[in-house]
Amino acid sequence: MTLRAENISLHLSGFDLLRNVSVQVEAGEVTAIVGPNGAGKSSLLRVLTGELAPTKGAVSFNQRDLNDWPVEQRAQMLAVLPQHSLLNFPFTAHEVVALGRIPHQTGTLKDAEIIDQALQLVDAEYLQKRFYTQMSGGEKQRVQLARVLAQVWLPCKEGEQILVLDEPTAAFDLAHQQLTLEIVRQLAEKGVGVVMVLHDLNLAARCADKLVVFDGGLVAAQGTPEEVLTEQLIDQVFGVKAMISRHPLTNKPLVIT
Amino acid sequence: MRRISSAWLIAILAILLPVIVLYSMTVGTVSISMAEAFSAAVDRLFSSTDSIGQTQVILFDIRLPRILLALLVGAILASTGAVMQGLFRNPLADPSLIGVSGGASVGASLMIVLASGAVESGLLMGLSLVALGAFFGGFAATILVYRLATSGIGTSVTTMLLAGIAIGALAGALNSLLSYFADNDMLRQISLWQMGNLSAANWAKVWIMALVSLLLLVSFPRDSRALNALLLGESEARHLGIDVQRVKRRLIVLTALGVGVSVALAGMVGFVGLVIPHVIRLLIGPDHRWLIPGSAMAGAILLVVADSLARVVVLPAELPTGILTALLGAPFFIALLLQQRREV
Repeated sequence: MTLRAENISLHLSGFDLLRNVSVQVEAGEVTAIVGPNGAGKSSLLRVLTGELAPTKGAVSFNQRDLNDWPVEQRAQMLAVLPQHSLLNFPFTAHEVVALGRIPHQTGTLKDAEIIDQALQLVDAEYLQKRFYTQMSGGEKQRVQLARVLAQVWLPCKEGEQILVLDEPTAAFDLAHQQLTLEIVRQLAEKGVGVVMVLHDLNLAARCADKLVVFDGGLVAAQGTPEEVLTEQLIDQVFGVKAMISRHPLTNKPLVIT
Repeated sequence: MRRISSAWLIAILAILLPVIVLYSMTVGTVSISMAEAFSAAVDRLFSSTDSIGQTQVILFDIRLPRILLALLVGAILASTGAVMQGLFRNPLADPSLIGVSGGASVGASLMIVLASGAVESGLLMGLSLVALGAFFGGFAATILVYRLATSGIGTSVTTMLLAGIAIGALAGALNSLLSYFADNDMLRQISLWQMGNLSAANWAKVWIMALVSLLLLVSFPRDSRALNALLLGESEARHLGIDVQRVKRRLIVLTALGVGVSVALAGMVGFVGLVIPHVIRLLIGPDHRWLIPGSAMAGAILLVVADSLARVVVLPAELPTGILTALLGAPFFIALLLQQRREV
């Protein structure tokens, strides 16, 4: 139980955004959060990362209350990729990724090596000297992905590491969507816990060990993709008639609409 | 636009600054050659104190404190400008946005109008009442802006910008009101003060400014990585292990102190805080580890050059320095913008 939210409720400016939500994110596993727009997915991420304090319930991280961790130590174990970035200063890609090494004291040489590898991993080494402000949306998001990867590149002594991604594939073309999911799987094999919001149910089914389906601030279902993805659930949550089949190669559930 | 290496720029500025300071020693109503200045310096250092000549008085009691004050004020305005632009994630922010300048000018005007008799007598180690008024006015305005923008969940940068604009407008109105009630003599003092003037420099002012500058320039490097992270956004910076609220509070207090003292001692010198960091960022990029020292040195150079020109362009009179910083800096800035536009 690396990152665990227990009976979370979130009440914000007159709205119940989350009601009695319990979610666990394990190290070495990929957890995907799916659900319609406004179902509370991003709110849950914000609670899990300590950006919003829940009205009720608590979040524990590596056997401690999330807020008991000193900010710097927490940053060594928990990296977060937001949906949009506000950065509008002309950093180069290399400099942006270097920001991900701020919580660590590994030295400039080691950091430079990690930064190069992270950029290479997300297929962005050609951007190294380019200015962030002049990149396309997908390029920007890849550089940001490299930044959070660099943040959890090396294992941490203090505890298990978690990477939180809010719609990481939204700005990507097909090839880079695939690449992102491969990176996420590799990361999980290295022992990092990954939790991400995804909109594409098939991508989620292919990549995740566990699916959490949100609807109206409640958890509608959670479990393996095979358990969760049923025609009835998709009709109930999304209001869409769909057929569940099997992917011919991976044998994972395939949602056909 | 292509960048130049940060180390190079810092090295060039570090060589340029002392050269410009030395040259500036020779410039003024009485022109003194480099050789005369040098022999006067040798005299001052190695001979007995009772043989002080006119050259020495001009060099060491009038020009040197003035040059050093210009240098320090320029360095502080430009480096706090860089810090504010980073903190507000806005390349158009400048220290006046947090209310310092507006508050300071109300404080100064108030002192000129209320205590016009006492103003010229000079109190408290050469610090006039006007300077004190300006300092407290600036500090009070900053605290007001900060309080307005701080709620239970932290300080909102957007609210702070808006509050700064509101307090600035209020300060402008109060200033106009004070000008309306002022007589001709006070009015001239108010407007001269607002143009920024370094002619009243003395060693006491230099020492005060030096202490404040030392405090700021030693503290800023500690937060330059935090400022880099803050450019991503506040919650991203928090996820990178930055104690955002604490960094923000520290930087705002330091800026209010630095700009408050600068404005109190040298009047309103505009433009340096806005444009110098911008120019340096165009040249070497937004990394605050280089941007802050680079801006400090470039700001020092601009203000020393502007003040040297201010002493000679309308001989035998002098121009207020603030007019020249804008006259010198604006064309350079426009040229840079044009070049950037061509290359994008």
